Amino acid sequence: MITFTLNGRKVETDAPPTARLLDVIRDDYELIGTKEGCGEGECGACSVFVNNLLQNSCLIPIGSIEGAEIITIEGIMESEQFKILDESYSHAGGVQCGYCIPGMVMASAALLSQNPHPSEAEIREGISGNLCRCTGYNMIVDAVSLAAKKGDGLWQKK
Amino acid sequence: MPRKDHKGKVSGQLPYISDVKVENMVYGVLYRSTIAYGRIKSIQLPDLPEGYEAVGAEEIPGPNYVKIIKEDQPIFANEWVNYIGEPILMLVGADLNILYDLLEKVKIDIEEHQAIYTLEEAIKQKSAPGVTMASYEFGEILDTITSIELKAHQIIEEEYDTGYQEHVYLEPQGMLAIYKDDEIVVQGSMQCLYYIKNALINALACGDDDVRVVQSPTGGGFGGKEEFPSMMACHVAVAAKAVKKSVMLVFDRSEDMVVTTKRHPAKLRYRTALDRKGNILSMSVDLFLDAGANEGLSSVVLQRALLNSAGVYKIPHFHAKGYVLKTHTVPNGAFRGFGAPQSFAGIESHMCHLSNTANIDPLEYKRKYLVKQGDPTITKGNFRDPILMEEMIKDLLNTSNYKKKKTEFQQDNQQNQRYKKGIGTSLFLHGCGFTGSGERDHIKAKVKLVKSKDDQVSLKISNSDMGQGIFTTLSKIVAKELDLPYEEILFPYPDTKEVPDSGPTVASRTTMIVGKLLERAAKKLKSQWQTGVEQEVVENYVHREMIPWNEKTFTGDAYPAYSWGVNIVEVEVDTLTGNVKLEKVYANYDVGKVIDDRVMKGQIDGGLAQGLAYGYLEKMTSKEGKIQQKSISDYGPPTSLDVVSIESKIFDNPYADGPYGAKGAGELTLIGGAPAVQAAIEDALQTPFQQIPVTPEVIIDSLWMKEGEEG
Repeated sequence: MITFTLNGRKVETDAPPTARLLDVIRDDYELIGTKEGCGEGECGACSVFVNNLLQNSCLIPIGSIEGAEIITIEGIMESEQFKILDESYSHAGGVQCGYCIPGMVMASAALLSQNPHPSEAEIREGISGNLCRCTGYNMIVDAVSLAAKKGDGLWQKK
Repeated sequence: MPRKDHKGKVSGQLPYISDVKVENMVYGVLYRSTIAYGRIKSIQLPDLPEGYEAVGAEEIPGPNYVKIIKEDQPIFANEWVNYIGEPILMLVGADLNILYDLLEKVKIDIEEHQAIYTLEEAIKQKSAPGVTMASYEFGEILDTITSIELKAHQIIEEEYDTGYQEHVYLEPQGMLAIYKDDEIVVQGSMQCLYYIKNALINALACGDDDVRVVQSPTGGGFGGKEEFPSMMACHVAVAAKAVKKSVMLVFDRSEDMVVTTKRHPAKLRYRTALDRKGNILSMSVDLFLDAGANEGLSSVVLQRALLNSAGVYKIPHFHAKGYVLKTHTVPNGAFRGFGAPQSFAGIESHMCHLSNTANIDPLEYKRKYLVKQGDPTITKGNFRDPILMEEMIKDLLNTSNYKKKKTEFQQDNQQNQRYKKGIGTSLFLHGCGFTGSGERDHIKAKVKLVKSKDDQVSLKISNSDMGQGIFTTLSKIVAKELDLPYEEILFPYPDTKEVPDSGPTVASRTTMIVGKLLERAAKKLKSQWQTGVEQEVVENYVHREMIPWNEKTFTGDAYPAYSWGVNIVEVEVDTLTGNVKLEKVYANYDVGKVIDDRVMKGQIDGGLAQGLAYGYLEKMTSKEGKIQQKSISDYGPPTSLDVVSIESKIFDNPYADGPYGAKGAGELTLIGGAPAVQAAIEDALQTPFQQIPVTPEVIIDSLWMKEGEEG
């Protein structure tokens, strides 16, 4: 049995230790906001927070997260920060097919909580682990920049 | 106003096909050929545990081919295999891990035959039976060209190669067949519901009411989900029928990269006669497309490639011939631009090299040949609408400060040994909608608006929103015509039980053709509006009379309208590593009229990112029939660090038969990227290239060659 915290709730799983965190989140807990885009840690569609750090859940064996705190997009959906990101992505037109977006939102939140006032270059660097094939990234960069402005003061570490 | 699908997408709660689970659902995995070309002699299955079954050609109720155009693509290969990765059978069961284990134990004996692996080999063997799948020839008669060439000052011959391009839609392909006693419902990631429905009726040998196709939220398409999903739909539907359970087939990224369609690799040969001053006297183009193992849509792709083979230019005495050639490699298919990106990369490159011969700035040289309103097309059609290219070029020259930069860069490059800057341009167009009379004769689009008792209006069309934003743009058109708030217009994911066939979501046709039909339907509904009453209106496609298209002679108006574009790109090339860094990208477009600024900007930035990357970044190769790039990191699509912000502007030029004047926009934005980036690299290095992608390896090789020649 592996015990960890998922979106603030203590959970236990009997999945084999080699099972991917991504599959456990999606199959056992039916949290569909974490997507699989490549399965090799290249695209970021499966981004989650592991102990507050942005990670690709497709690369994490469940056996390695005993006691860890896992947060998925569902775990931040009710937050003020998410609300700002939601509005900013909408306003800037950062969403097209949407498949990369939950991961991109997680990466945006991770970036802003580290660096509440990023430059354009810092935003590009911050989301560079997340692939998007539709937007050419510029409108996503705009969205993050807008979220930084709109959410001024919100992004400081809890 | 937000996009219609914003909420579900930003939160991740909108279920794509891989997020769906239904009762009594099993998974399917495909056993694929490991041989490029051979005859299947025997198939040996392992002992299958309870609940696990194999489904192959014998289980197909109808004929064993995926209905596209030709009948040459088996659903499950059972006699011959024609490429590595061709599906032979499917194993079906509840646990994917068990299925993958079983897959390893399937034994198939294939008698191997001599395969054709490359386009070069296919060109050499193009007269052999079955190698040329389609060919077209048109333009000036060759005798005339020969006599012009005899008097010419010089003849320039160039050969130009373009590589594969992989779609890399972020959501891999996925399809689910839901088994019911009286129908099979096929649901998944797709662009063309009725292509799939027709393929299913054929494969299942069933009636119109026995199958139903429903689009799931689609995580990007770019043409990759145009014809390919028809095959997956046949796989899951045949399997569901056979095992009487719902069957899910979802590819992981490596399977998706290795077996799904790609942009056709192409070879283009130019032969141009010039006078003493470098003016063009005549031009002949031979164009070869690598179809892969099945014809698929390749003949139509070739048509578009040929129709664009003279670019945006009025070339005196132009002749073109093209071939679709078979190789024993993964079938190639639709990809945003559909043959046009290969042709524009080729012709823009060739024109640039001709300008060097004439010793004239490339852009100035190209402008001399720009088509104007009223000019004939290369197929004796007519450019009947206003053309704003000159205006757009002048504007972009100012915005980008082109002339000043061109001089400055050359001076700077003399100082800087390692880093070289360059600036390049591309001029391009895109024919909107289906080629020729396709809309009138084949598609015959029909749209429907349904009003409920509580006066809610729903769009009933078969077109997919795959991210390009038609939920938003088409809803806006209907809302505007009906004077209703945009938020109140309903546009559910299409289901063939509910929607008429308004055609596939391809060819930059949705906004222009379907949007216009919806505008008319909304006007009609408004004139008949009865509050509190259920109402329905239907509109059918009406063809604009032009010079009739004749596919045999390749003459007439190939498209009802054209969208246009100009790109200017600045790069910095590191001559030590061959790395290319984008510095600035400028773009002007004429798409008639923009329906939604944000959606349009999304198309510009996304299309350009793909088009630029096609020119210097994205490289896919095949070796002895095997795709060599099986992962995203091997292939290398652009990240946020590769792209720069793009300065773009739209020029209004309303088109009478588009909604509010709108023409096609989705594919246009990709086309200019590669030729502009190639031209910029050439400007930086003062070296011509005869291929895309111009990768670091290509650059370093050319620098070595140049050094060798000079040294």
